[in-house]
Amino acid sequence: MDPERPDQKETKQLTGDEKPSAGLISKVRESGAALKERAVEEAKTYKDPQDTQLWKSIFRVSHDRSDPRNRSLAVLSNVFLHLHPAKINRDAVRYAFTWGMGGITFYLFIVLTFTGVLLMFYYHPTKADAFRDILYLEHDVPFGKLLRNMHRWAAHLMVITTWLHMFRVVLTGSYKRPREFNWCVGVVLLVLTLLLSFTGYLLPDDQLGFWAVTVGTNMARATPMLGSEGPFGVQLGMTPFNDVRFGLLGGSIVDANALLRSYIWHCIGIPLVASIFMAVHFWRIRKDGGISGPAPMVLESEMKAIKKK
Amino acid sequence: MARFSLSKGRLITLGVVIALVVLAVLTVHDWHQLWKISSAPDNVPIVAMLFLVPFFTWLGIKQARANDRLVEELEKDPKLAKTHHRKAEPWRPGWARDIHVWPYLVRIEFLAAVIVTVILFVWSITLNAPLEEPANPNLTMNPSKAPWYFLGLQEMLVYFDPWIAGVVMPSLIMVGLMVFPYVDSNPLGNGYYTIKQRRVALWMFCAGFLQWILLIVIGTFIRGPGWIWFWPGQTWDHNAVVYDRNRDLHDIVADMIGFTQLSSSWVLKMIFGAIVVGLFFVVGALFFHWLLTRGGLDRMDRSLPFWKRVWLWMKTPDPFEQKLLARTSLLQYATFQFFAITVLLAMPVKLILRLVFTIKYVWVTPWFNV
Ligand code: HEM
Repeated sequence: MDPERPDQKETKQLTGDEKPSAGLISKVRESGAALKERAVEEAKTYKDPQDTQLWKSIFRVSHDRSDPRNRSLAVLSNVFLHLHPAKINRDAVRYAFTWGMGGITFYLFIVLTFTGVLLMFYYHPTKADAFRDILYLEHDVPFGKLLRNMHRWAAHLMVITTWLHMFRVVLTGSYKRPREFNWCVGVVLLVLTLLLSFTGYLLPDDQLGFWAVTVGTNMARATPMLGSEGPFGVQLGMTPFNDVRFGLLGGSIVDANALLRSYIWHCIGIPLVASIFMAVHFWRIRKDGGISGPAPMVLESEMKAIKKK
Repeated sequence: MARFSLSKGRLITLGVVIALVVLAVLTVHDWHQLWKISSAPDNVPIVAMLFLVPFFTWLGIKQARANDRLVEELEKDPKLAKTHHRKAEPWRPGWARDIHVWPYLVRIEFLAAVIVTVILFVWSITLNAPLEEPANPNLTMNPSKAPWYFLGLQEMLVYFDPWIAGVVMPSLIMVGLMVFPYVDSNPLGNGYYTIKQRRVALWMFCAGFLQWILLIVIGTFIRGPGWIWFWPGQTWDHNAVVYDRNRDLHDIVADMIGFTQLSSSWVLKMIFGAIVVGLFFVVGALFFHWLLTRGGLDRMDRSLPFWKRVWLWMKTPDPFEQKLLARTSLLQYATFQFFAITVLLAMPVKLILRLVFTIKYVWVTPWFNV
């Protein structure tokens, strides 16, 4: 519906044989007025954005609140929200039950991805550049300091919220049947979260990160059988140049290769794996029947005997 | 809610707490040192944990208590139990069981996101991420510390050799966490806060969680240059040296009974150590077996004096916990014992052996030491 396009009748008039000069002005005026009237008419239909073609193409359902069906559809037909069921246990939305910890952890992961990508624009994982890039971020990049701080503190916060989330799951017994497997997925996520944080620690290439990673990877040297200083390592032919620590660092000391490896693990490897596990985690929450509670309590006297297989 | 009253017990607790605080304040020599450690930007998360963990523990316990009270009421009144909606949350007959995610959940998520964002902004504006000198392999940081969340492992290095502290223990903790749901055979308490119905599982998890946090706190606040133990408020002396008095257990025993071969023959040392570790497992297993069926102190008659109640508690198993134990399969039981002894018990036992009895190794072999 293009308001500029003249309609059939006008086209005929303008392409007629007679000389247009005589009534031209009045004709233009006339069609101008008609056009205006039409524009006003059409503009009225744009008053409600929800009635436009643009809106309807994005949001497939009406958000009219009077129809409860729409509320369900609002969730089900949205790719981000359809993670949720349409309806949930009325007590599950109480803050005191889940503390929102899992959700906050996920939100922090998103914040970290966002700020992390921005940091990547300014950071080179090389011995020559890394430290200077951090200085550059802190002193020259607009909001660079804020960006770096936010990435750092969100990472620390994510470690804390992951622990608290796990703590909540234990307190409400939510790891019990049928959610045992999702608990295990959670444990993997916990380890990945810690590793994400740890691999990031080296990236500023300062004393703090260098020595933390040195201390951390020295332990790898002592891996039984796979480390050059671990039990049975020497017997199996492990040296500082072929053991598991060498594999982690890409060398026998924490240097350029270690920086590059930790950068790749930090920015690509672990986030990718963690995203997959999160997808599984969320999918399993739904498949396991949603959030575990608050469930009606079971009494001791109602404890069923164990099923014989 | 009972009104707060100053009972004798509370007064004593309050007195003890105040005395401890005063004592702690008096022993601080170097406030600057204490401030420097606790305000180091990377240590702020631990300081935050010191508040967050107690807060959320309180929040959980509060709800568990409310639920436990209701359970008790319903156990006593089977008729009420039949009709009751079985939650401590309020409920009225006309209310729907479910509510719409849009808007009731989505708006909470939105609110949470906004709050977290605001917190992050404030935190990031007020506190700068640390940046030390450029990495320099020739200039060792002293102390060189892992990031705070791994300080527990680093602190474990004091008590165990690196292959245990750095590789075996973390693996055991991970696998131990993963098997947790599979060894907990208790069907009660699925999806609601309760203490009474799940005492053992809760205590076991909390023991581990607390140990982990305690080790981190020690690693952060107490370990100074040279990884030497400095009490909070003591100045970190970079020239401090500790005279290492630690000895291996077999040497101590050899001296005690005058059997010097035990100090010299590696075969004897190995056999001795294996026996000690074996004994530790047996005693540990007996301890956990005993602990599994204890139940709560509150089931004892409150009119008895405290020590008598404790004695009775130690002597008599709790019938409910016995019932739970009976549901546990042998495999579940053995798995539980293995992780309880290796993860939950070995750590504090070795800590006490090292710090209090200055014992270095209990089992020395040519290939590894424990
Ligand atoms: C990156 C880390 C993680 C993220 C983003 C995450 C996210 C979530 C979310 C959003 C929920 C929904 C309920 C809630 O918000 O509490 C949830 C539930 C759950 N999570 Fe996690 N989680 C993580 C780590 C863990 C860990 C470490 C564990 C346990 C070891 C775990 C075990 C569970 C279980 C068993 C549930 C179901 C709880 C129930 O039904 O009440 N998750 N998770």
